[in-house]
Amino acid sequence: MPVLETKNLTYQYGAGTPFCVTALDDVSVSIEKGELVGIIGHTGSGKSTLMQHFNALLKPDKGQVLLEGKDINENKQAGLEARFKVGLCFQYPEYQLFEATVYKDIAYGPANMKLDGKEVDARVRQAAEYVGIPPDMLEKSPFDLSGGEKRRAAIAGVMAMRPEILILDEPTAGLDPSGRSKIMELIVNYKKTTGNTVLLVSHSMDEIAAVSDRILVMKGGKIAMFDSVKHVFGRVSELISMGLFVPEITNIMLKLKERGVGVRTDIFTLEGAANELLHLLFLH
Amino acid sequence: MIKDITIGQFFPGKSFIHKMDARAKFSLMFAFIIIIFVCKNLVSLGIVFGFALFMIILSKVAIKTILKSFKMIVFIIILTSALQIFYNSKGTVLFDWWKIKVTDIGMLTALFMAVRIITLILSSSLLTYTTSPTLLTDAIERLFSPLKILRINVSTLAMMMTIALRFIPILIDEVDRIMSAQKARGADLETGGLIKRAKALLPIFIPLFVNSFRRAFELAYAMECRCYKGGEGRTRMTAMKMHIRDFFAVFVIAGLLAGVIWVNRVFVALI
Repeated sequence: MPVLETKNLTYQYGAGTPFCVTALDDVSVSIEKGELVGIIGHTGSGKSTLMQHFNALLKPDKGQVLLEGKDINENKQAGLEARFKVGLCFQYPEYQLFEATVYKDIAYGPANMKLDGKEVDARVRQAAEYVGIPPDMLEKSPFDLSGGEKRRAAIAGVMAMRPEILILDEPTAGLDPSGRSKIMELIVNYKKTTGNTVLLVSHSMDEIAAVSDRILVMKGGKIAMFDSVKHVFGRVSELISMGLFVPEITNIMLKLKERGVGVRTDIFTLEGAANELLHLLFLH
Repeated sequence: MIKDITIGQFFPGKSFIHKMDARAKFSLMFAFIIIIFVCKNLVSLGIVFGFALFMIILSKVAIKTILKSFKMIVFIIILTSALQIFYNSKGTVLFDWWKIKVTDIGMLTALFMAVRIITLILSSSLLTYTTSPTLLTDAIERLFSPLKILRINVSTLAMMMTIALRFIPILIDEVDRIMSAQKARGADLETGGLIKRAKALLPIFIPLFVNSFRRAFELAYAMECRCYKGGEGRTRMTAMKMHIRDFFAVFVIAGLLAGVIWVNRVFVALI
């Protein structure tokens, strides 16, 4: 049974006004437990809207969202449960920090779950460890941290609820390269240690290709593709027509092939490319 | 929820009212509000109310959005008209209990008050519904430019107003985003008593203020980088021009005023 499923999901913004936009159009998708799904799509393709349906922040105009087989919009209780089971970390999450200390801010989610003090403490410290926030930083004000640290503190705030499904909407946007790689690393580690499902929205094809099990491509509020990394990035011309691209390294392989070098083009990571080139060298 | 607030929003369109010169629209809307207060009985107020409805229909703004904006003020309307019922002891008594007397005149005054407030809101919100914020502040700047004599810096005030108006939708979006983010962390904004609810708003207002200051600084730097030194001597890309339709509207409103004064004399005054 899939852990998260949508059936014929349709949603419009501003229905009945001149600004009415269909953000989701008959979306049916199912996500298996423990997989890391990368989500790509041009701006305005409906990625963020879809994410907000997964924890009942938005209610569908038509269709259903099933979490472990149960409809999360059936009643209020089911919706609240979905909030805690599906942890959603928005774009630029550092702009939601508000508490006096980092510790208290991370504890906000678990405290809302009505857990006892010991459990909250354990969760805060574990989440801080996941994102690489040292214990002494927990007592600082979140407004005194650097951009990357703020971002990680905010992600910890969602992780501390121990959601079965963690959704991250462009977690690396606007960070420097070292901040980006730190965040990608912690996402992979989180998935490995907890075995939880992770959905990752990103505009960086390199990041998506490096970590995803499957890739969901959205276009104009519909699912354009939902397949393995290899199959999705194999459809180069279709991706380009959607305003998307393939990972840089895949592009290099494609260019090499164009010039007559007999390399494989289903390569998406630096390591894969290095192996392929070494392999070619040995062949000659 | 928060997106239901439509007061002050602009709905683009091509109706007669949309096309009117913003200065004429602003002045005539002001005149119209005065006319509402000139009304002394339900007949004249009824005419003015009917005219406000006519303007709404003419503007082609969706009735649904206007009704939505009324949701927020239903309470004020009910409270003011209810007070009229209890404070008016003239006329025939319809209902008498302890110290409370309800008279027919009291009921009519309550209705009068309710219609007056509704007409006021309809007409004043129509101005922002049909005029883009830039045109509106432009009009205000021009209408108030005589104040320069009193050494009031009208252009800076107009710039401040433009920025304030421009930031309303941005901040509404921001509140929406922060609310979603905190709800995703299990924030409960809908249940509990007054104190609990007020406390639950802290996680929304603190980030909102922090972000507003950040935005204000960024905007100030950006304006300075483009050599903004106050509005003195700035010219406009588009010139405002009065058309025949604007003069026509002036006549219609003048006619309405004359009509209201005449009806006031013919029928008995309520207030």
